Amino acid sequence: MTLPFYVAPEQVMKDRAEYAQKGIARGRSLVACVYDDGILIVAENPSRSLHKVSEIYDRIAFAGVGKYNEFDQLRVAGVRHADTKGFAFSREDVDARSLANLYAQFLGQVFTHEMKPLEVEILVAELGGDGRSDQLYHIAYEGTITDEDRFAVLGGETETISERFAGAFEDGWGLDAALRAAVTALAGPERTLGPGDLEVAVLARANGRRAFRRLGPDELAERLSEGPKRGGSRAARPSTGSPPSDDGSPA
Amino acid sequence: MGLPLFPPGDDPGPSFSALLRRSESSGAAALPEAGAPLSVPHGTTVVAMRFADGVVMAGDRRATEGNIIAHRTMEKVFPADRHSAVAIAGAAGPAVEMVKLFQTQLEHYEKVEGIALSLEGKANQLGQMVRDNLPMAVQGLVVVPLFAGYDVRRSLGRIFTYDVTGGHFEEVDHAATGSGGRDARTTIKLGWRPDLPRDEAIELAVRALYEAADEDAATGGPDLVRQIYPVVATVTATGYERVSDEEVAARFASLVERRAIGRGIAGGGP
Repeated sequence: MTLPFYVAPEQVMKDRAEYAQKGIARGRSLVACVYDDGILIVAENPSRSLHKVSEIYDRIAFAGVGKYNEFDQLRVAGVRHADTKGFAFSREDVDARSLANLYAQFLGQVFTHEMKPLEVEILVAELGGDGRSDQLYHIAYEGTITDEDRFAVLGGETETISERFAGAFEDGWGLDAALRAAVTALAGPERTLGPGDLEVAVLARANGRRAFRRLGPDELAERLSEGPKRGGSRAARPSTGSPPSDDGSPA
Repeated sequence: MGLPLFPPGDDPGPSFSALLRRSESSGAAALPEAGAPLSVPHGTTVVAMRFADGVVMAGDRRATEGNIIAHRTMEKVFPADRHSAVAIAGAAGPAVEMVKLFQTQLEHYEKVEGIALSLEGKANQLGQMVRDNLPMAVQGLVVVPLFAGYDVRRSLGRIFTYDVTGGHFEEVDHAATGSGGRDARTTIKLGWRPDLPRDEAIELAVRALYEAADEDAATGGPDLVRQIYPVVATVTATGYERVSDEEVAARFASLVERRAIGRGIAGGGP
């Protein structure tokens, strides 16, 4: 029997981290932030059907960057966890914090014990209410979890995008202003991103029980084309993409 | 509770009931041997009919346990999802549980797959749930739902009825089930015509429940003292919408007035 070469644990971890980071950096980035009526998530994604941003539960959304099949598996697991929990207990008992912890545990487990770490970074966003504030849980490939209450940036060029976005961020701004700032931060000085390159969704208090809503290409184009002077909050207007909220409330 | 991840060969897919079966350790409790039928609350009459914009659904509020009134304010009409509604008749406990599972199933599918089930698919799902209830039904805990919704792909309202074995049948124009279903059905049959406007459809549904309550002891009529009125809801292209209690109350007030003039004769009075 031949002995395997000795590799220092530091080196193993460093190699794995480098591998995961490389994988994540190959994909496009994503910005999530709070605005006056909820949480906005903007991802650079040219695909109309392979989503990076999705609904998990009434007030919880999921977003992922990196390898699609890996974060989609995590998304489905999250939907399953939330629905099972809400069915067994009550809809109120489903919260983002416990889900974020499960994700962190799983990612950490895979990072240390499996051959290949997951090349993903994920975000679990929860709309506040009843005295709780909006929460953004940012979970990295190795299971590190950070909670933000203003904005989070996921993906390859996190630092530069963060810097650009932090400069523009204002407390209590409207959806249009937040959207434009997020798109500008994602694009950087050399590029411009149109509605076709973006996937945008909101968790908005005005939407009722199921707060998640996607912004379609038409609405996106309209919101992006308006001048900054019309910035204010128009989030409360009746949404075109999503019908009224008294759908399927639990028995 | 850990993160529910499954190996590719054993993945429950978008089915919530399959997911529940995998995560439950013991499964449902074994049923007792057949003996005397259990005495549990039963819900009664529910109706559904098509109208110009979609479907209208209504149900009385009474639950009975033998000759006792178990509940006066039970709700039997529920939104299943954005574009469909489910109404229940039969054993109240299992029926409400079935509705909860059905609602979760539809939402679960929509979230996992990113697109809602077709109306036909939803009706089929509910049929499977009724069939799964068959062992309970044999014990006397029968649940017979009524399913109606707006088919967004075909742009029309559709109604499905069920039997105890989970068989489901599409009804052309209207349907009623429960102990007062016969009387309600007759009333609707006499007053229904294609493309009823919303107001007339609600009026007819309210009248059907009134007639059912008139003939069937287990069906509750309008309770003017406690201000309890049937649940009436419409499902149209814009989604499920419950008709406000005030509107239902006003319709009953005019109905009762007309009946009083005609001394209780159906259709009596001006």
